[in-house]
Amino acid sequence: MNRFLSTTLTLVAIAATAGCMSAPPNLDLSLTRPTVDHRFVVTLQPPATPPALNQLHAWQVRLASAEGAPIAHARIRVDGGMPQHGHGLPTRPQVTQELADGTYLIEGMKFSMTGWWEIRLAIDSAEGADKVSFNTVVTEPGARR
Amino acid sequence: MRRLDTLAWLLGSLMAASAALVVTWAQAATGTPAAGADGWSPDERAVLASLGLNRLPPVPIDPSNAVERLPAAVELGRRLFGDARFSRNGEVSCASCHDPRKQFQDGVQVGRGVGTGSRRSMPIVGAGHSPWLFWDGRKDSLWAQALGPLEDAVEHASNRTRLVQLVAANHRRDYEAVFGALPPLAGLPRDAGPHGDAAERAAWAAMDARQRDQVSRVFANMGKAIAAYEKSLRHEPSRLDRYVEAVVTGRAAQGILQAQELRGLRLFIGKAQCVTCHNGPLLSDRQFHNTGVPPRDPARPDRGRAQATAKVRSDEFNCLGPYSDASPDRCQELRFMVSDDPSLEGAFKTPGLRGVAQRAPYMHAGQFAALEQVVRHYVAAPPAAVGRSELMRRGAGGRAAGHDARTPIELTDAEVADLVSFLGTLGAEQAPTPAAP
Repeated sequence: MNRFLSTTLTLVAIAATAGCMSAPPNLDLSLTRPTVDHRFVVTLQPPATPPALNQLHAWQVRLASAEGAPIAHARIRVDGGMPQHGHGLPTRPQVTQELADGTYLIEGMKFSMTGWWEIRLAIDSAEGADKVSFNTVVTEPGARR
Repeated sequence: MRRLDTLAWLLGSLMAASAALVVTWAQAATGTPAAGADGWSPDERAVLASLGLNRLPPVPIDPSNAVERLPAAVELGRRLFGDARFSRNGEVSCASCHDPRKQFQDGVQVGRGVGTGSRRSMPIVGAGHSPWLFWDGRKDSLWAQALGPLEDAVEHASNRTRLVQLVAANHRRDYEAVFGALPPLAGLPRDAGPHGDAAERAAWAAMDARQRDQVSRVFANMGKAIAAYEKSLRHEPSRLDRYVEAVVTGRAAQGILQAQELRGLRLFIGKAQCVTCHNGPLLSDRQFHNTGVPPRDPARPDRGRAQATAKVRSDEFNCLGPYSDASPDRCQELRFMVSDDPSLEGAFKTPGLRGVAQRAPYMHAGQFAALEQVVRHYVAAPPAAVGRSELMRRGAGGRAAGHDARTPIELTDAEVADLVSFLGTLGAEQAPTPAAP
C-alpha cells in the first residue's frame, strides 16, 4: 500500500506541471479494476511506448468475469475526459476489433494536454452490463500509468 | 430560488477552496524549490520546456496529400498562393488575407476578399500541426482548407471550371510536372461549380459525371500544391524560446526577459491559467472551446464547432473522400471525431500565440482590438451568447460548463499589464521564412 501510495505521489507531483493544476492525491491509477457492480474485472493496457501529446494511438482492454473467465463478444463504449477541466476526450475512441476472446482494441485515443484523465468504459455483454472508470496521468512527453 | 442560489454560491466557494488546497498540497509534495534560474521549480521548468520551439515535432505527414513534400509542388503552391487571377475581380489572392509580410494574416477584423467575410483570417505557419482547419475545424486537411476560399462567394468568388481553365492557361507546365497531364478542357462551361450562383450550379449539373470528376480532381490538386507550400513555412524562434533554452540548459538567462515579462510568464503558466489551453510549442491545444467571446452579430451568434462537424464529415475533399490519397484506415481523426458533445456549441479552436502581439485584432471575428482587452475578457468571463462558457465567473456561484475544479481567473490591473507584456516575447526575433509569393 505504501509503495503504491508513493508511486501515486510521484506521479501526482509530475502532474502538477499540467497547467499548474495537480491531480487529487488519492487517485487510483491501477490498470486492473472491478466494474462498479463487480460483474467484470477489466484490465487496460496502454501502448508500450507512451504516445506523444495529440498523437492518435490505441489501447487494449481485457474483459473477464469476476472469476477470471474471458468475456467475448461484448460491446464496449469508451468515454472520458479531464475532470479538473470539465472537458471530454478530444476524440471519440471506439472498440474496433476483438483481438482474442475477451481482448479488445480501442482505437482513436488521444490526449491533448498533460494532467489527470479519466477513461470510462460502459460494457454490455450476454453476461450483463456494467461500468468501470480508470485514471491515467499524462506527463510530458507521453502517457504514463 | 433564492435559497438555491445561496447554496450554489456556497458550493462554488467550497470547490474553489478545495481546489486551492489541492494546489497547496501539490506544492508541499514537490518540496518548495527555489533552485535554478529565476527561481523556477523543477515542475515549472518542465512546463517552460514544453513551450519551446525546439520541442515542436516535425509537422505530421498528411496521408491524404501524396505530393506535400515534393519541391515542385511547394513551388507550384507558392505561385498559386500569390496569383490574384484566380479571383472573380482579379484582385484577390490567398496572400491578400494571408500576407507573408504580416505573419500570413491581414490585421483586420474579418477577411476581405471580393466581399467581406464573417471571421478573422488565421495565420498559416504551423497550421499543418492541427488536425482541424479554420476556426471551427470544418476541414480536415490543409489542402481541403485551401479550396474553401477559392469557391467562397466573398473570398475569391470563383468556380471550379473557371479555376481549372486558369490553371491550364497560366500554370500548365508547373502543374503537369507535379500531377501529370491536365484532362481535356475543350467544351467545358466557362463558369460552373457546385457552390456558385444558380446558373453556375445548373451548368455544373449539366456536365457529365466524368467531366465533373476530372475538374474536381484538378481543383483538389490546386489545394494539395498550396498545402505543400504552406507546410514548408516554419516558425522562427522567439525571445521566449531563447529564455526557455537558457533556463532548461542552466545557462545564463538574465536579461533575456525583462522583469515585467518574467512576471507575466509566471502568471501565464500559473494563476492566469493561460497554459491550460495555450499549451505546447505552438501555444495551442488545437481543441475547440467556448470562452464566451461576444459574437460579432448578437442577432446571429456564430455556433462555431457545433455546426462544423457535419460539414467536414460530408466534405467531398475530406480524408475519406474520392480525392484523398489516404487509405481509409489512416483517416483516424475523421473516424474518431467528436461531434455530439454539447460543449462544441459556440466553441472555436484555440489559436496559437506565436507572434500574437503583432497580430491584432483578436478572437474569431476580431472582436478585441488589443491584447489587454483579451486578457480582461478572461477575467470578466461573461456568459456565452450561444452554448456555455467554460470560464468560471468570480462570485457567480454556479458552475461553468461542467468545470467543477476550475477557478475564476483573477488578476489585478498590474498583473493584466504583466501578462500583456509577456505576450510580446512570443514574436520571432528574426524575420520569418522568406516566402513572398
